[in-house]
Amino acid sequence: MSEPAVDIRDLTRRFGVVTAVSSLTLQINRGEVFGLLGPNGSGKTTTIRMLCGLLEPTSGTAVVAGIDIRAAPERVKTQIGYMSQRFGLYDDLTVAENLTFYGGIYGLMGRGLTDRVSEVVTFLGLGGGHRLTQLGAELSGGWKQRLALGCALLHRPPVLFLDEPTAGVDPAARRNFWRAIHDLAHAGTTVLVTTHYMDEAERCDRLAMMSLGHLIALGTPADVARQVGGQTLEDAFIVLQERDEG
Amino acid sequence: MNSRFWPMFRKEFIQMRRDRLTLGIMFGIPVIQLLMFGFAIQTDVRHIPTVVLDESRTPASRDIIAALENTGSFRIIAYVNDRPSIDAAFSRGAAQAGILVPADYPRNLGRGLTATIQVIVDASDPLSSQSALAAAAGVAQMRNLEILAAAAGRRTLPVEARVRPRYNPGLRSPNYIVPGLVGLILTMTMVLITAMAIVRERERGTLEQLIVTPITKTELMLGKIAPYVGVGLFQMTAVLLLGRFVFDVPLVGSLWLLYGVSLVFIVASLSLGLFISTLVRTQQQSMQMSFFFMLPSILLSGFMFPRQAMPPLFQWIGLALPLTHFLLVLRGILLKGVGLSAIWPQVVVLVGFAVGLIVLAVRRFHKTLD
Repeated sequence: MSEPAVDIRDLTRRFGVVTAVSSLTLQINRGEVFGLLGPNGSGKTTTIRMLCGLLEPTSGTAVVAGIDIRAAPERVKTQIGYMSQRFGLYDDLTVAENLTFYGGIYGLMGRGLTDRVSEVVTFLGLGGGHRLTQLGAELSGGWKQRLALGCALLHRPPVLFLDEPTAGVDPAARRNFWRAIHDLAHAGTTVLVTTHYMDEAERCDRLAMMSLGHLIALGTPADVARQVGGQTLEDAFIVLQERDEG
Repeated sequence: MNSRFWPMFRKEFIQMRRDRLTLGIMFGIPVIQLLMFGFAIQTDVRHIPTVVLDESRTPASRDIIAALENTGSFRIIAYVNDRPSIDAAFSRGAAQAGILVPADYPRNLGRGLTATIQVIVDASDPLSSQSALAAAAGVAQMRNLEILAAAAGRRTLPVEARVRPRYNPGLRSPNYIVPGLVGLILTMTMVLITAMAIVRERERGTLEQLIVTPITKTELMLGKIAPYVGVGLFQMTAVLLLGRFVFDVPLVGSLWLLYGVSLVFIVASLSLGLFISTLVRTQQQSMQMSFFFMLPSILLSGFMFPRQAMPPLFQWIGLALPLTHFLLVLRGILLKGVGLSAIWPQVVVLVGFAVGLIVLAVRRFHKTLD
């Protein structure tokens, strides 16, 4: 077994008196689609932001694609793709301009850049009609999501972090999106994804369930459901949510 | 320059081009401001509406009234018959000056006594009243000299102070205002534009995406300000051309030197905006902070009011504004035609502002969310 793509060790983050993530330890294997599951406020987004170098850990660390996030946060950034809840696209740039911009920012240029952009466009089906010349503001939720994924993929990152990537997207677009995620994983990309949707959680190879900053269950979707004490994953989630919010 | 600067530059350029409203403001402001300041604002007040009460109605009284009118400061709108009518004209706002020649004026003049005329001014507007007072005093002085010289049997005056107004022989306001306006317009637009730059990305959620990429802070900052350097140079050219051809402002000195120093000033202003952008959380706050900076720039830099007249504290505050130093450069080069040897202290200060502010902005900016 090779070393894990993401190796989280005792990762902790406090905001004042609140502990958002508490001593989180877990490993994500290369090529795995790993789901981070939990109610609002359970620490999923804070965890992803620390792994991307956007937030500094209070203590503990993680090694992402072989690089320590505390020692070299800027080097981590060359090895990861990140898609936030808000997608981070420019409304006043076209689809093609958004892709070209992010490709350039990741250091692609010239032929390498144009070739890679058209590869991603083909992979995600972004090329139909006049799509490439449409402004970001004119896209529907599903297309925005696809474009955001495209922007995160251009530099062929070995690790991909997706923070609630399917919030506010219709079911057909969600299915297409997950198909793309699995294609990427088959090609060797490691994917860490947070979600609220149980049907999406079921599509992950492995899951970690978080509650109030703690890891409370880890394993395949069936394992996690059993550990939390529900018949299905959905039961388990609802039990947890009521407990956390109560 | 690293390769990631160029994608940032291109992106900012495309966004700038698509933002029609901002673009319109950036290119509209110089033209509108110039026309406003150039045509509307004249500090040499002339043709003040004046009423006249001539109680003596003699050649001597008509003579002194004509002399006052010939200064160009007074424009006689009516002759009145009593003193209350003067007050009434002032109250209505019809007149801002009144000339009163008393009935005993020619008699006193003839007997060698002091002959008095009154010039009454509406001093609620100090600028125009000063101009009227100066004109009246000048006329009286002239008349005195003529009479005294004649009495002494001389044809020439014993002493004369000949004032030569250099660099602006006609004492024209536009010559003074237009070069200053270059600096003022650059300050207003450059600071405001970049003050929005980082917060706008923060508000739209694109900053989070940007700082998760390997772009360095310096590449990000320089890429953001670079496209606006071009806008600044364009604005400046527009003001200078309009100043030259509409207001006849002379452009005496080296334009190369002028553009070189202006480039430094533009970078300083853009960096200041960028620095503001790193201090605030919302676009509204950045707008307020920019205006907070703008007012002293207009009032204390020497753009409108001479700095020599200010108390020391305000002169020092003025020195902390880049515009104060840039104005000296602008007027020096455009009106006096001076070279680098005369303005190098200002240039050093401006370079200091530009470098210091950009370092400050880069330092303040963090590639993390907290």
